Amino acid sequence: MWFHPLIVMSLFGGLFGAGLAYASRKFAVKTDPRVAAVLEALPGVNCGACGYPGCAGYAEAVVSGKAAPSLCAPGGAEVTEAVCAILGVTYEATEPRVAYVMCQGAPHAQQEAQYDGVASCALAALVSEGPSACKYACVMMGDCYHACPFGAISWQTGSVPVIDEAKCTACRKCIAICPKEVIALRYRSKRVLILCHSQDKGAVARKKCAVACIACTKCVQTCPVHAIRMDGNLAVLDTGVCTQCGACVKVCPTGAIRDLRPTTNEENLARAGAGIGVAAE
Amino acid sequence: MKLFRFRGGVHPPDYKALTQEVGIERLTVPRKVRVPLVQHLGVAAQAVVKKGERVLMGQLIGERHGFVSAAVHAPVSGVVTAVESVPHVSGRSVPGIEIENDGKEEWHPEIKPVRPVTREAIIAAVQAAGIVGMGGATFPTHVKLQPPEGKKIVLLILNGAECEPFLTCDYRLMVEAAERVIRGAVYLMEALGVTRCVVGIEDNKPAAIAAMRGAAAGQSGIEVESVRTHYPQGGEKQLIYALTGREVPSGGLPMDVGCVVQNVGTAAAVADAVETGRPLIERIVTVSGDAVERPGNYVVRVGTSIGDVLAAVGVDLEKCAKVIAGGPMTGLAVGNLEVPVTKGTSGILAFTEAWVKASEPAPCVRCGRCGVACPIGLNPTMLETLAMKRDVAGLQVFHAQDCIECGCCAYICPSQRTLVQAIRYGKAQIVATRKAKRN
Repeated sequence: MWFHPLIVMSLFGGLFGAGLAYASRKFAVKTDPRVAAVLEALPGVNCGACGYPGCAGYAEAVVSGKAAPSLCAPGGAEVTEAVCAILGVTYEATEPRVAYVMCQGAPHAQQEAQYDGVASCALAALVSEGPSACKYACVMMGDCYHACPFGAISWQTGSVPVIDEAKCTACRKCIAICPKEVIALRYRSKRVLILCHSQDKGAVARKKCAVACIACTKCVQTCPVHAIRMDGNLAVLDTGVCTQCGACVKVCPTGAIRDLRPTTNEENLARAGAGIGVAAE
Repeated sequence: MKLFRFRGGVHPPDYKALTQEVGIERLTVPRKVRVPLVQHLGVAAQAVVKKGERVLMGQLIGERHGFVSAAVHAPVSGVVTAVESVPHVSGRSVPGIEIENDGKEEWHPEIKPVRPVTREAIIAAVQAAGIVGMGGATFPTHVKLQPPEGKKIVLLILNGAECEPFLTCDYRLMVEAAERVIRGAVYLMEALGVTRCVVGIEDNKPAAIAAMRGAAAGQSGIEVESVRTHYPQGGEKQLIYALTGREVPSGGLPMDVGCVVQNVGTAAAVADAVETGRPLIERIVTVSGDAVERPGNYVVRVGTSIGDVLAAVGVDLEKCAKVIAGGPMTGLAVGNLEVPVTKGTSGILAFTEAWVKASEPAPCVRCGRCGVACPIGLNPTMLETLAMKRDVAGLQVFHAQDCIECGCCAYICPSQRTLVQAIRYGKAQIVATRKAKRN
C-alpha cells in the first residue's frame, strides 16, 4: 500500500516530537536573561583583560556576582554604567587608568653594548640583561607595541614607546609582556610622573643615565600630600593621591620627575627631543 | 671497552690550532680585582670581610651559605676597598668584593696540606677550597661528592672531552700536568668510595690521551678512553652515554645512573686543595679569536676583569666587534668589559667584524634538521614557537626544561633562527611560572 510509509513516518514524527517536548521541559536549564543583556552591553572584543575567557565568560561571572561590573577595560565607564543598570546596582564613577612607561630611555640612558640579534625585548633582555647600561631600563624593541590590541602604543626602533592615553584601556597586556616590568598604570588625568625604574644606588644610577632617580628622597620630603614613597632606591608616586602641585618636579635634581600636562608638555617635549609618556590628545 | 654513540650532534670547525700548541703562561696579576660572591650555581656566599681590612692570598672572604653554595677566597693580598655589587656575565649585578692588590703575593699562613688523607678530609678540603665544576657549569664539587642516601655511585668519569670549538685549556692542562689531574682523580675516587674511573677524551687530542695514559699507567682502576670527536661530546649526559650506554632520565642527575662527572680542571684543583691546601683562586683561561694578537692559555686570577685580560694579550678594542665568555657554542656575549673572570670562565674569545656574522633569521622551512641535531631528542623549532607564544603548558609538554643549550639546533639551522635564545626564554617562563605557583 502506498500510504503505509506515510503513516509510519507520521507516527515516528509524532513520537519523537512528544519526546523532545517532554525533554525540553524536564531538562530545561534556567538561564538568567541578564547574562544575555550584559553580553549585549559588552564590546565583544574578547580581549581577556577582565581575566575571564572572553566577554561571555565575563558576562556570566558578573551576573553570578563573582566579578565586579567595572572590569571591562576596553568598554570603560560607559560599559560599566550599562552593566550596573542591567544588574540594578548603583554606578560609582571611577577615574579610568592608562599605562605609561617609567623610563625616559635614549638619549639620556647610556648604551653599554650593541645588540644585533632578533628585535624582541624578551630575547634582547636575555643577553646580558639588555643592551642598555641601566638594567632596569626600557629595552626599546617594541614588544609592547606589538602586544597592544588597541593600537594605543606608538614606537620607533631605538626609542621608548609612547602610549596614547585616549586609546589606552588599561588592559595590562603591555605590562604582562614587558621583560623589564617598566610599564605601570596611572590615573588618566594625572600627568606628573616619576619616569624612572632603576633600583641602582644613586651614584651608580647617575653614571648610567642622566635622568635617573638617584634616591635623594627630596621629593618624598617635599610632597605635601605624601603621595611619594621610597621603594628601595627608587621613588614611587601614587597617582591616586597626587594633586599635581608640581613641587616634586621642582626639587628633583636629575629630571626623573616630569610634569607632562598639556600646558607644559610642549616645553617638555622640546627639552627631551622625543615624545615621552603622553601623546597629544 | 665498548663505546656508544649518542644521538644528534654536529661537527663544527674546532679552531683549536690557534692555541693548542702554545704553552700555559701566567698573566700579570692586576692592581685591582673584583671578586663576585656568586661564582657557582646556588646561593650567594656571604661576605666575611669589611672595607679597609687587609686580606692575604687564599684568605676566606665569602663564606658558603647553605649546602649548594661555595666559599670564595681572596685571589691577591691587599686591602679590601669595597664590598658592593660587581657586574656579572649574565648582565645582572651580583654582590662582590673589590681588593686593591699590594703586589706582595702573601699567602694566608693557615694554608697547609691535608693530613691524613681520608675520605672526610678530602671532602672537607674540597668544600673549604671553594671548588666548583670548572667546565663552565660551576656546580659546587663538594655537593657532588656527597650523594644523598640511596644513590649508589659506582663510577667516576673525568671529562676531558673539551668538545667546544676554540677552547684548549683542558687540553693544555692534560698535556702539561697529567700527573696532577690523575692524582686529583685518585682523591675524588677516595672521596666517592669508587674503585673505577674513566677519563673521556675526544680523539682529536692524541697528545692529551698519550700523556694521560702515561700518568695513569701506575694507577689501578683508572682508564683513559678515546671518544669520538663529536659536539657535544663533553656534555655531561652525552659523555655518560658514550662511555657507559646509560641514559640520564629526564629531569634526573648523573647520580641516578650511578655516575659522577668531573671536569679535568676540577680534578687538578682538587689535587691542589688536598696537597697544598690552596683554595681555588685562579684558573686556566683560553684567550682566542681573530682579534687577539697573542692567543693562548693563560693562568688568570679570579676577579681580573675581562678588559684587563684582553689588554694583556693584545686586543685592539677599536677593531674588536664581539667578546664571548666561554666557547662559541655555549658561551655568553659580554656586554661590559668590567665583568670579572670567575671560577667558571673557561675561555674569552674576541672577534673582529669579519668573524661576527650578524644575519637576519629567515622563516622556518620545516626541514627538521634541528630535531635531528638535538642530542636530547627535543623539537627545537616547536619549542621556539611555543616560547614566543608564551605557552608554558606546551613548553612543559615538549620538555623545554631538558634542553642543555648546547647550540646544535641553532648551528645547523639553514634559516639561521635564534633557536637557543628562544628556548632559553621559554625555560625562563617555566621557572617564573613555577615560582609564581609556589608563592
